[in-house]
Amino acid sequence: MINKIVATVQDAVSGVADGSSILVSGFGGAGLPLALLDALLESGAKNLTIVSNNAGNGGVGIAKLVLARRVKKMVCSFPRQPESGAFDDLYRAGEIELELVPQGTLAERIRAGGAGIGGFFTPTGYGTELGEGKEVKVIDGVHQVFEKAIKADVALIKAELADRYGNLIYHGTARNYGPVMATAAACTVVQVSRIVPLGSLNPEHVVTPGVYVQRVVCVQPQGAL
Amino acid sequence: MTHAFLQNVVRRSQAQIAQRIIQDIPDGAHVNLGIGQPMRLSNHLPPDREILLHSENGLLGMGPLAVGEQIDPEIVNAGKQAVTMLPGAALFHHADSFAMIRGGHIDCCVLGAFQVSVKGDLANWRTADPKAIPAVGGAMDLALGVKKLFVMMEHLTKSGQSKIVERCTYPLTALEAVDCIYTDLATMEVTAQGLVALDWVEGLSFEQLHDLTGVAMAQRS
Repeated sequence: MINKIVATVQDAVSGVADGSSILVSGFGGAGLPLALLDALLESGAKNLTIVSNNAGNGGVGIAKLVLARRVKKMVCSFPRQPESGAFDDLYRAGEIELELVPQGTLAERIRAGGAGIGGFFTPTGYGTELGEGKEVKVIDGVHQVFEKAIKADVALIKAELADRYGNLIYHGTARNYGPVMATAAACTVVQVSRIVPLGSLNPEHVVTPGVYVQRVVCVQPQGAL
Repeated sequence: MTHAFLQNVVRRSQAQIAQRIIQDIPDGAHVNLGIGQPMRLSNHLPPDREILLHSENGLLGMGPLAVGEQIDPEIVNAGKQAVTMLPGAALFHHADSFAMIRGGHIDCCVLGAFQVSVKGDLANWRTADPKAIPAVGGAMDLALGVKKLFVMMEHLTKSGQSKIVERCTYPLTALEAVDCIYTDLATMEVTAQGLVALDWVEGLSFEQLHDLTGVAMAQRS
């Protein structure tokens, strides 16, 4: 019997090795898997590379990991937040590495990683600091820079509903990076608000098919930031 | 830099700039709103216009900001403010959202800016402050991907320098991308022949606008 449901958030993040690369869903607080991030902190894993839209704020989630010095490198599009102090201080002190990626390029690099594509050319970033040092091609008369795919050891994502196969349905704009990150990690771990019996999710409505998911844990619904 | 004549000029409020921009958006357009001032547009769309707002975080058909019981912390705009969804709205994931942007499916985008050059170069993600945390978000994708790029900003910096410049001195977001600039003082189109002022506030002459902007500029004939 296929059953991807695990009992606790500790089980959900067990085995995350030091030095792992971790995709974390969320756009601000929407879709951020807070319970999984707390469990990851508790697990003691360190030297992590975190790929996420933001670099954590408000002293919760990614910000807690950053503050506890567990994060070696952030790959993100928008680290600056009203309460992103934890990251800001370490960044200014040169104690955390930042790879800044345009948001569409970040989403597409992850999509490519999950789809078995090595990389792609895009006009985004050409002629700017963020395009410097990258291979350039002129395609149909447009200058484009090469961007490499992103794959990771682990994805931590948040969805609304799951069944034991790991089929997922999301809520509102909390969907954001979840469906693409689920495809690009060796182990995709999902926190959901509710687990439903197999067969009760309408196949027409499933957003992430269970093939991309390894572990599901049910947590109490929690407010976003 | 001080311009004494500005004392007699009534500047456009952010709401008035938003309304001015909406005049230039055709019915049926799909429009992305950047963070900061442009997000205000969602509260100024007249109910008799069908304009679909796109939010980069995966929503098409965004409505005004949510209030009271409408607030759902997981339905937010690009600035992470809680918003409403209008009838006909659609939700999608981030890669799809940026495929819409980068694939040329979004008609128009309104972004804030630090500087815009006379050629339409845009600088809006990083200043020269070495202590500032760089953050680019979706600006580079939007600037190149949409059919029309509008900038909404103050005309002058706090110290009175024009934000419309010959060449951007801040790091670029995109080259030759801006189509039209809407400020608290004027509306200016970026054309192949240079900057063309379309309208400006009462109490300000074209010569004064030209003078305080400090770059070559024509007025609409």
